[in-house]
Amino acid sequence: MISYLIRRLLGAIPLLLGILTLIFFIINIAPGDPTARYFNPNVAPEVIEQMRRNLGLDQPLHIQYFRWVTSFARGDFGNSFGQMRPISEILPTVLWNTIQLMLISIIIIFVVGMLIGMYQAVRQYSASDNFLTVAALFFYSMPSFWFALMLILIFSLKASQWDWPIQFPASQMTSVGYEFMAPGEKIWDRLMHLAMPAIALGIGSAAGIARYMRGSMLEVIHQDYIRTARAKGLSERVVVFKHALRNALIPIITLLGLYLPVLLSGSVVVETIFAWPGMGRLIVDAIFQRDYPLVMATSFVAATLVVVGNLLADVLYAVVDPRIRTE
Amino acid sequence: MVHSQTDLEFSPPEPVAGEDPTAGTKGRTPVSGGHLALSAVLPGFGHLVRGEWVVGMVFALTWAAFLGVAFIVWDRIFGVFGGPRTPFDGVLAVGTLGALLLVVWGGALYDLAVRAKRPVKRYGDSQWAIATRHFRRNRIAVAGLVVMLVLYAVTLLTPLIAPFDPAAQGDIVQTRYLSPSFEHPMGTDKFGRDVYSRVLYGSRISLSIGFVAVGLSVLIGAAVGSVAGYFGRWTDTVLMRFTDMMLSFPRLILLIVTIALFEPTIWLVVIVLGLTGWMSVARIVRGEVLSLRSREFIQAAKVLGMSDARIILRHILPNTLAPVIVYATLGIGTTILIEATLSFLGLGVQPPTPSWGNMIADGRDALLTAWWISTFPGLAIVITVTAFNLLGDGLRDALDPRLRT
Amino acid sequence: MEPILKVSDLRTYFRADAGLARAVDGVSFEVHPGETLGIVGESGSGKSVTSLSVMRLIPEPPGEIQPGSKILFRDNEGEKDLARVTEEEMRHIRGNDIAMIFQEPMTSLNPVFKVGDQIVESLRLHQGLSKKDAREKAIDMLRLVGIPIPEQRVDEYPHQLSGGMRQRVMIAIALACDPKVLIADEPTTALDVTIQAQILELLNRLQEELGMAIILITHDLGVVAETCDRVIVMYAGQVFEEGSVEDVFRDPQNPYTEGLLRSIPRLGSHSERLAVIPGVVPSATEWPTGCRFHARCPYGWEKTAQEEPPLFEIGPGRKSKCWLVEHPERREEIRRETGGFTPEGALTGTGASTPAAGAPDEGVDVQARDREV
Repeated sequence: MISYLIRRLLGAIPLLLGILTLIFFIINIAPGDPTARYFNPNVAPEVIEQMRRNLGLDQPLHIQYFRWVTSFARGDFGNSFGQMRPISEILPTVLWNTIQLMLISIIIIFVVGMLIGMYQAVRQYSASDNFLTVAALFFYSMPSFWFALMLILIFSLKASQWDWPIQFPASQMTSVGYEFMAPGEKIWDRLMHLAMPAIALGIGSAAGIARYMRGSMLEVIHQDYIRTARAKGLSERVVVFKHALRNALIPIITLLGLYLPVLLSGSVVVETIFAWPGMGRLIVDAIFQRDYPLVMATSFVAATLVVVGNLLADVLYAVVDPRIRTE
Repeated sequence: MVHSQTDLEFSPPEPVAGEDPTAGTKGRTPVSGGHLALSAVLPGFGHLVRGEWVVGMVFALTWAAFLGVAFIVWDRIFGVFGGPRTPFDGVLAVGTLGALLLVVWGGALYDLAVRAKRPVKRYGDSQWAIATRHFRRNRIAVAGLVVMLVLYAVTLLTPLIAPFDPAAQGDIVQTRYLSPSFEHPMGTDKFGRDVYSRVLYGSRISLSIGFVAVGLSVLIGAAVGSVAGYFGRWTDTVLMRFTDMMLSFPRLILLIVTIALFEPTIWLVVIVLGLTGWMSVARIVRGEVLSLRSREFIQAAKVLGMSDARIILRHILPNTLAPVIVYATLGIGTTILIEATLSFLGLGVQPPTPSWGNMIADGRDALLTAWWISTFPGLAIVITVTAFNLLGDGLRDALDPRLRT
Repeated sequence: MEPILKVSDLRTYFRADAGLARAVDGVSFEVHPGETLGIVGESGSGKSVTSLSVMRLIPEPPGEIQPGSKILFRDNEGEKDLARVTEEEMRHIRGNDIAMIFQEPMTSLNPVFKVGDQIVESLRLHQGLSKKDAREKAIDMLRLVGIPIPEQRVDEYPHQLSGGMRQRVMIAIALACDPKVLIADEPTTALDVTIQAQILELLNRLQEELGMAIILITHDLGVVAETCDRVIVMYAGQVFEEGSVEDVFRDPQNPYTEGLLRSIPRLGSHSERLAVIPGVVPSATEWPTGCRFHARCPYGWEKTAQEEPPLFEIGPGRKSKCWLVEHPERREEIRRETGGFTPEGALTGTGASTPAAGAPDEGVDVQARDREV
């Protein structure tokens, strides 16, 4: 188990290095220059030249690359052009905001997706199974940004227009006056703000998980050991929730790793729509401001998150499947 | 029936009822020249006269529908050729309409004249024949296919059937933010443009970008996957590590970084979508190639002295086609979603060219007062992508022998 | 002695696309305490469905135990009809009073749970033991079924054990709660020959020690001869012959049994070729009229094709479902003329290329059937 984990960790290093290289490559073949945002008749060419020197842009490409990789390895991401402060200061809060959103989303995805998939598997070919299959496909085929807008339209805008008892905030992480709230109120306020973005972010993946879960569960339910469990006199509840679920979970765990990039991609759009101050929005802002160091740092962190998430999925995989653990 | 033990003669198995290879011709009486003549004038009526109601009605009604469209847009058809310069999309639309009419007309005749005489082959043994049979039994998937075909037809016919010019703004003060009505089925936007017409014009972007980008992905993926799987060793290691790396990058982030650093144009979007979507195909193809590589017919080809390229192209790739087709169909759906997302973020198709994504973005400003601007393009996306996913699911069920029950 | 299990007129049908599959169609038999009853037959003869019906493990739908079927089980409290008890009551009996082991030891244990826990689960459910006591008992059970170092094995996972060891674990699970009846559905089919013998020996020994009745379902006549006291021969969802193993093997009364016995090689006999039963078991959706075996039977005549014979009582505990009981002269006649079952039989049958009787009963087949019909 331990050696398995160490092997996986070591395997992640070349992956991260490759990702760094890819980002460097893309930024460097792109037309334009990081200093382009300062091109201005009022700025003397000598100043620009000085800036280029300061940024090391006058050096040959391989030296730039080497410097860049080593400073990233030390955790030094440089300064943001746009915000004029070290990126390592900006990242933590932003990252934490995104992780909050993604965690809630993942919980929704797996709980909702698995419950629906299991229900469908147990009721295979029933009317409700067919309905849920089509419904899942429908949500799976839905653009998350459109779903987010529809949520805002109905549960925020129209809800306040029609005076619904529950209205969800359409943007930001906190309500006005958040600083003066009691701790319990703060948590509630945060959850209210999280609800719609997390649902918008997760709905498509939840539908995907439901589809996989249904298939996985159906496959497991016809296995011999399920018959053995029934022959022991176990109730159907124990058979399904203990014996079948544990086995059906194994392939689903792998999906966790696969859905992380999807979630991060989704967070770009969802955070932009809900004005959620997270990684996704930071990346979009950085790109539109041509804030090159920030673009590089954020996309690297996003890719790293995926790698870490995959490692986590591997660990979970080993926890669930003894055949891997004991090897 | 009692078998005598001394009877050593081998008696061939008796034909079992229902397995008669000519069973398909049963119930179809011979077709007379009159039927054909009637069908040539009024497609479907040949069938109706013979009592084949369902087939006949389908032919007759589709024929009537297309004729109706042609009649309604008669002026525009002439307008296409009458103007100072002949627009390409207009010609394409007229051509499509003509082709559709021709297909229904010819289809009805063909069905009467040819299929009735030829015995229906019930024991097609090729992989594709079996898959076709399975697919046709899957009603939901067939519905997906029909919706997809209708969407493509509508896309091609757009210049003829869109009620308004997608860019026509009219008198902004009077026509902006009109809610859905008979004249504007999906309302108008902030410039007073007809949302319905714009949705129709927007379909071109979505449907064509998905196709081209996925085609590119499939080409790259097939090349990478087959080379990695066929040559193995370090080639395989390097290529698959690279594939893993690309897979662990959140695709949308990669896309927006790349597109934003260059100038967003449709071609850039298509190419970058293709360049970031090939990884799954590579993995599928590699897996198939690995399992094929050790099979006898590949060994035989090697012994015969065929070149590697020839073996890959002629013997290996055709065998990986089925899973790739399935992936491509599902991939078109995903690609349409991503293109819409990019356009929504302002990184895809640039206004004023309508695309579903940038129309939804347009509607954000007035979500509460004019909900229709964002809602209808979104519904169009959902319907299109659902159709592709249904079709892909159906193809997977039909093409994957392991899923066949 | 009173039978512990008495099945009468058991009919289990499945709804299938092709029609109603009458997989088990009027089966009756008795099991007495402490005895071993063998049920033999080809694939599709309904023997597995019979055992699953007794356990009420038939998937419903598509399967259904028809009204009128009786599965009378006698315990200390009296007699219960398992065909009618509620699911709740049945769960109480399953794994506790009647236990079952299956054909595929490789796939019959849940791969994600330790073998000990899979035994403990049963003990805690039915006997209400504490975690610690149940674990102790589980180790005892593993020792009882002959697993070395049970204290260590109890914490291992199924994939760490060999096929024979896994089947021993299955037996330990089944016997943990001291059942009165053990149903063993092809317990040795998937195992190597040497392991087969060990498992059968283990079952025999455990029966002597624990005194439960065993219903052994198999297609392997050798296994029956070695382990069973009585045997019933099933064909096309019906009982064709019943009797003590000795009687049935020495002097088979039903032509089907005769065919089965003639189709297995015997040590010391020098017959040139084995006899074959022509054709295959017909489909359960369309059983033939008359005797269901008539088309494959060398002794058949018009009557057998038209009228279904009853299960004649032909001696104490001896039954045969065949018109030959009333027309014994036909048997001698045919034997003189053609020799009854012959190797050539295969060539004249409709299913000339299909495997003949006695061919291994593939587990996959049986299960696929159970699901699909």
